[in-house]
Amino acid sequence: MRIELTVNGKRVAHDVEPRLSLVDFLRDELDLTGTHVGCEHGVCGACSVIVDGDAVRSCLMFAVQADGAEVTTIEGVGNGPGTLSALQDAFWETHALQCGYCTPGMIIAAESLLAQNDNPSDQDIREAIEGNLCRCTGYVQIVEAIALAARNIREARS
Amino acid sequence: MKSAPFEYVRPQNLHDVCQLLSDSAIDSRVIAGGQTLVPLMAMRLARPERLVDITHVDELADIVETEDTIRIGACVRQRSAERSPVIHQHLPLLSKALPNVGHQQTRNRGTIGGSICNADPTAEIVLTAVTLGATLNLQSINGPRSVCVTDFLVDAMETSIADNECLVSIDFPKTRTKNSGCGFVEVNARASDYAIVAAAVSLTLDERHEKCTHISACIGGASSVPVMTAETQNSLLGSELTDQEIEAAVSHAARQLTPMDDVHASGMYRKRVAAELLARAIREARDDCRSDRHAH
Repeated sequence: MRIELTVNGKRVAHDVEPRLSLVDFLRDELDLTGTHVGCEHGVCGACSVIVDGDAVRSCLMFAVQADGAEVTTIEGVGNGPGTLSALQDAFWETHALQCGYCTPGMIIAAESLLAQNDNPSDQDIREAIEGNLCRCTGYVQIVEAIALAARNIREARS
Repeated sequence: MKSAPFEYVRPQNLHDVCQLLSDSAIDSRVIAGGQTLVPLMAMRLARPERLVDITHVDELADIVETEDTIRIGACVRQRSAERSPVIHQHLPLLSKALPNVGHQQTRNRGTIGGSICNADPTAEIVLTAVTLGATLNLQSINGPRSVCVTDFLVDAMETSIADNECLVSIDFPKTRTKNSGCGFVEVNARASDYAIVAAAVSLTLDERHEKCTHISACIGGASSVPVMTAETQNSLLGSELTDQEIEAAVSHAARQLTPMDDVHASGMYRKRVAAELLARAIREARDDCRSDRHAH
């Protein structure tokens, strides 16, 4: 089936099998391997991407369901190659990753939060990432990173 | 973890949906948010031959207010309902329940209607629908049919929807009056997980906010479908809902339950926790109502 969608600002058109998941489409067809495949049944959050403004699990969507949608992956959150988004920079600053496998999903979940709330409480942050598993950090520095990014974004604006 | 092959169709109107579902030669499944169906397909526990995606049918996407009800279209996402001022105003119990449903990524895709059709015994939305006495509006090639949610739910993960029927909308009776309150409490293994047991309560007090004139108190997760706690409700009608009266009343509810054992909790634990959660939900609803007294 022919699908057309926008991925990180670029129009793409592909023929796909209906059973191809969105995450496999992004990774295997578009070579956007920043989005990670974890559990493949909606438990771990590693494959989170933004579809039409909201964070979703790309393993729980078939690519055909994203026909006509606007998708942002971890490759699309910075301002171009070699640059970091405020969140990526804050993750680096606070050492919010160890193995890094969950990080793209965490950042996408946090991007979605900060787009709607630029002054989140600790509770807001924890709720935003409650669907994302991290087996290394214990989450504390991830929460710190998201709070720091929010602060940096607010300061840059004022 | 890849689904078996299937055919995918995306009808643009309800008539075409019903037409597709009426073809008994092919095993069709309706997909809306897909947050349960897609993992089931990934694990090959479900292998439909054809997916009928109803999310492009515009008439299924609305939240409509009428005089007595809020009508939620079959494709309204959980997240849209969570953010809806109309639902916040008229269905405060649903607003309280929704943040407990999955997490932001699944609520952004999952639908209110899909959760009810999935009929998971622990699902917060199913519990809310039973507590509020929702009505489901279904459509097939033979015409429309409306069914009360308690008749719709047959058993765990089983409903009375026919293979050729599509859910169109759910009618929730409006509950917010100046004398009403609601409570929703659950226990789970970790935030955002399935509830092990949950309790939902919607009640009304008299004009002076002293005596209970109506109460709907329901437990999910401790039986195959959520149960109304009739004896508890009866014993609290007309009472002042003191903590002691509530404590005594919820012991009836525990006796009514014969919950299942599973990997998450024993039946005995579910029984004990159900009574306690119900007491908390009733107190929350009572306090919610009384704290509203000056707000109106």
